[in-house]
Amino acid sequence: MQSALSPTTLATSTKPSLRKQIVRYLASTLYRKNTLFLLLLLTPPLLWFGVVYLGSLFALLWQSFYTFDSFSMSVTPDLTLENYRSLFDATNFDIILRTLTMAVSVTLATAVIGFPIAYYMTRYGSPAEKGFFYVGVMLPMWASYIVKAYAWTVILSQQGILYWVIGHLGMLPLLTHVLELPGIGGNTLATSNLGRFIVFTYIWLPFMILPIQAALERVPSNLLQASADLGARPAQTFRKILFPLVFPGVIAGSIFTFSLTLGDYIIPQLIGPSGLYIGTMVYTMQGSVGNMPLAAAFTVVPIVLVGIYLKLAKRAGAFDAL
Amino acid sequence: MTVAVEFSNISRHYGNVKAVDDVSISVAEGEFFSMLGPSGSGKTTCLRLIAGFEQPSAGSIRIFGKEAAGVPPYEREVNTVFQDYALFPHMSVLQNVAYGLRVKGINKTECCKRAEEALALVALADYGHRKPSELSGGQRQRVALARALVNQPRVLLLDEPLGALDLKLREQMQLELKTLHKKLGITFIYVTHDQGEALSMSDRVAVFNKGKIEQVDHPRQLYTQPKTSFVANFVGTANVVSGDLAQQICGSHQPFSIRPEHIRIDTLATDSACMKISGEVLDIQYHGATSKIEVAVGDAAMAQTLTMVLSNTEHSEAQLPQIKQQLTLSWPQHRVVMLEESH
Repeated sequence: MQSALSPTTLATSTKPSLRKQIVRYLASTLYRKNTLFLLLLLTPPLLWFGVVYLGSLFALLWQSFYTFDSFSMSVTPDLTLENYRSLFDATNFDIILRTLTMAVSVTLATAVIGFPIAYYMTRYGSPAEKGFFYVGVMLPMWASYIVKAYAWTVILSQQGILYWVIGHLGMLPLLTHVLELPGIGGNTLATSNLGRFIVFTYIWLPFMILPIQAALERVPSNLLQASADLGARPAQTFRKILFPLVFPGVIAGSIFTFSLTLGDYIIPQLIGPSGLYIGTMVYTMQGSVGNMPLAAAFTVVPIVLVGIYLKLAKRAGAFDAL
Repeated sequence: MTVAVEFSNISRHYGNVKAVDDVSISVAEGEFFSMLGPSGSGKTTCLRLIAGFEQPSAGSIRIFGKEAAGVPPYEREVNTVFQDYALFPHMSVLQNVAYGLRVKGINKTECCKRAEEALALVALADYGHRKPSELSGGQRQRVALARALVNQPRVLLLDEPLGALDLKLREQMQLELKTLHKKLGITFIYVTHDQGEALSMSDRVAVFNKGKIEQVDHPRQLYTQPKTSFVANFVGTANVVSGDLAQQICGSHQPFSIRPEHIRIDTLATDSACMKISGEVLDIQYHGATSKIEVAVGDAAMAQTLTMVLSNTEHSEAQLPQIKQQLTLSWPQHRVVMLEESH
């Protein structure tokens, strides 16, 4: 009886708070139906991720099977594996090897330089020092990437500050010797692979330091004390305890440095010798040449390489401590 | 008797904070020695000084006669069981236990054999392949113990090892630690803030307060003959009476201590060797085997609460006093312990 009565009485007596009632009803529905709430929250980002991001990635992959007619300079949607086969042509394969070598060297260098900095930040830095280091590490990331790359062309040029410093140290002959080395050298630092390597290492260093630092922060210091207590010398503690526990952080950082180097197309244009990189190749193929299918095929290369890299890292036990 | 660990006038300062202040102790080989005190009293710092994680600001530490200052932890013949166990998360239980042997370059089969023996010693023989994260708190505790013991240390340092366990498990582990100590015959140095634990397990106990040692004694002496009011209060419950009230009861301003279980409700007051004071019951708490009674004594100027404990087997509910009841308390004179001032 009461339930038959109440809707009308409620509707008349509490008319001003009808809005409140609706909100109340929605809130309690969402609270009870957890999945619905989750679905509402996740749909927009999932749409973005699924349609815009993955969708365009698949469109790209699909295009890598299209046919490019070099005679008429036109693309036809006839599916072919020719683009992938041509990746293994001597010139194209050279591009891949060149980029891969640089990516590996840059990754190793950033890890070797970044680890001690991250270690100092975590273990020894006072809160103020830590803040200083954070800003110091991130500050370069606040400046425009293009500006930094151009700045390096000036720094590395023969009239630049680096030559000036090396000259004043009386080490110009040594630099000349280094620049004569095949594979590394060039006419000047600015046009050598060494110069390119220096710039890459500088630009991607923060992406290595921050993940390592985060990983180090998670290692309780009493684990290191326990290791010493059990008789391990500092080198053993580093090798058997600290490094395995921080390795996932190093891998996380190296994924950044590795894939960023693989995909970069600015630095190879500004610094170092001529010769295409994967990034500049994609840029040329889709821009001036209009060979979208080959550009797409080249884009798949970094994806595959990072995939292989992760597989190897997993096999090396990189994620065991996670 | 060989001295295992000896502190001579050890201090450890952090800036102006004196974590450990002029401490001298001497621990005999084979002894179960406890360091008892509230948090921040310097007991853990003392343990870390022995382990080598800290260096003294002044004084000297000798471990089996050898000066320990400047000797890194990995060159000391002591091993530590850490408060939160500090097991290596990326290694199996067996690898954790074998770690100390592995880093000393002992071959793998020998390591495994000895690690398995150590695990058997703490009743975890079949758990070697598990990861520490798959164990319960009590099991992790045992692994930490096995990991320290497998190195056959001459001194085992235990830093509140049972702090994270629940009461039942803690009592069981206390018993096991005691048994283990007897069986191995090595020196145990045990840090705890739990006075019951210290009293029941130790050969001797050092009571720490604000970086200094208040008293080092056998558990029984510590309880029956506390030297300072801090010790009297920290080890068990005590009524510490001082100032004018002490003057009124004893005829001297020197503080004294009387244990709650020695106070009686005086109805006859025949014994002339008794001390007496009248008061009013404030509160009665039921504790199972005993009842705890709080009595306000002394006049307004020197009011104090005395605590007494009555056995519930000897007193029925009807025999207990009522709240607000006036009564006279008495206690035998020989139960009174005169105290020195605390630091």
